[in-house]
Amino acid sequence: MALRTPLYATHLRHAARMVEFAGWDMPVQYAGLIEEHEAVRSAVGLFDVSHMGEVVFRGPKALAALQAVFTNDLSKVADGQAQYGCLCRDDGGIVDDVVIYRRTAEDLLVCVNAANRQKDFDWLKAHAGGADVRNESDDWGQVALQGPKAVQVLRRLTSTNLDAIGTYRHAPGTVAGVPCLVARTGYTGEDGFELFCPAAQSEPLWNALMEAGRPEGIQPAGLGCRDTLRLEMAYRLYGSDMDDQTSPLEAGLAWVVKLDKGEFVGRAALLKQKEQGLSRKLVGFQLTEPGIARHGHPVVRDGRTVGVVTSGTRSPSLKTSIGLAYVPPALAAEGSALGVEIRGKPVAATVVKTPFLSRKGH
Amino acid sequence: MTIPDDLKYTKDHEWARQKGSKVVVGITDFAQDQLGDVVFVELPAVGDEVKRGESFGVVESTKAVSELFAPVSGKVVEVNSPLADAPESINEDPYEEGWMIAIEPSNPKELTELLDAKAYKAHVDEQG
Repeated sequence: MALRTPLYATHLRHAARMVEFAGWDMPVQYAGLIEEHEAVRSAVGLFDVSHMGEVVFRGPKALAALQAVFTNDLSKVADGQAQYGCLCRDDGGIVDDVVIYRRTAEDLLVCVNAANRQKDFDWLKAHAGGADVRNESDDWGQVALQGPKAVQVLRRLTSTNLDAIGTYRHAPGTVAGVPCLVARTGYTGEDGFELFCPAAQSEPLWNALMEAGRPEGIQPAGLGCRDTLRLEMAYRLYGSDMDDQTSPLEAGLAWVVKLDKGEFVGRAALLKQKEQGLSRKLVGFQLTEPGIARHGHPVVRDGRTVGVVTSGTRSPSLKTSIGLAYVPPALAAEGSALGVEIRGKPVAATVVKTPFLSRKGH
Repeated sequence: MTIPDDLKYTKDHEWARQKGSKVVVGITDFAQDQLGDVVFVELPAVGDEVKRGESFGVVESTKAVSELFAPVSGKVVEVNSPLADAPESINEDPYEEGWMIAIEPSNPKELTELLDAKAYKAHVDEQG
């Protein structure tokens, strides 16, 4: 049986349609994907993301240990800041993409993908270098309050100064009486917060947020719109757009790979790959003929298969068909003409710049 | 969920309506609800032949792709082309605005072999 988050009963109460995702029984939609998508883009939506995992590094060796397995540079991160990056294998393949929240140099929380909870914990434990590493995934609930009106909703429920928490910053706080890590992070491209709370207090927190957001028309938001929202921003999804057979350079994540920061697991392989050149690159594309590209559809050019679609959807905001695909570097430039083979027929596509959707003020 | 009494149904959740010599085809309220927001539909052209039980097109929601199966065999004589630009009609009004194609049946008897509303409702209830 699939795992359940502490908010399972809450989702049923909201008449969610539940699906299994990464071994979890999760809400894919409540009122409807497009309605929820639009609520997040124009007002505010609330997601249960308790399926995400939390691995915590503590002690004097915590920072150095994480720095040695993380592609981004944690030396640039102060207390109260967060940073996105990858964990890589020796061969450069991606173990996971994660966000690391530095509370202090001796207390860092790694937020990992649901499907990778155990794998990441095992990997991190094996590379702990004497730091105290704990899998606290079951202890934490997590909700994401996302949208341009998220801040005004949250303000009603906390005395924490939210103006002091900039993008990719966080602080401990109390929300509706529930102790939380209040982080200004998310996976939608909108302003918003991710609230990490004790698992047992997830439901009162959720209910308080839904109640407080009523004037703004807050909507519970499911995994369906989480996917369309993230794809409009070209945010990668582990397991679809990348896995342990792809490197962060191929996945277009060179901006979180700091080869000059010093030694880390995978550095040598990534440096070599950079010097030798890539054989494929993840690009954004838009279909110029009717259709919807899906994960696994072949990318074709002159009758030959040259790549593969990793994510695709109809964009609710742009009303166009968008997607991500691996293609040879020679075909990766903006404007490059490709075909996506949908049910045996090539459908015309063009490589476009990402994010697909530009957000003002972001 | 509505299941009009005067229509015939397939187990794959298409409906069929006799209209003069033609059979008009769409998907049921249950089907559109299961799919979620429909964002794309691919239909045959007027003049194409369709065969009972075989795929005549696809309907896609943001998350899922679903094939459409012909309830009867025959020639496509009309296509609801406005659906290309307004596929949401399938969600909003699956039995009227959301119709998909009209078929000139090659074997009119096939229509009588489809499920009636009561049998279709029982089929849906079974699926939970």
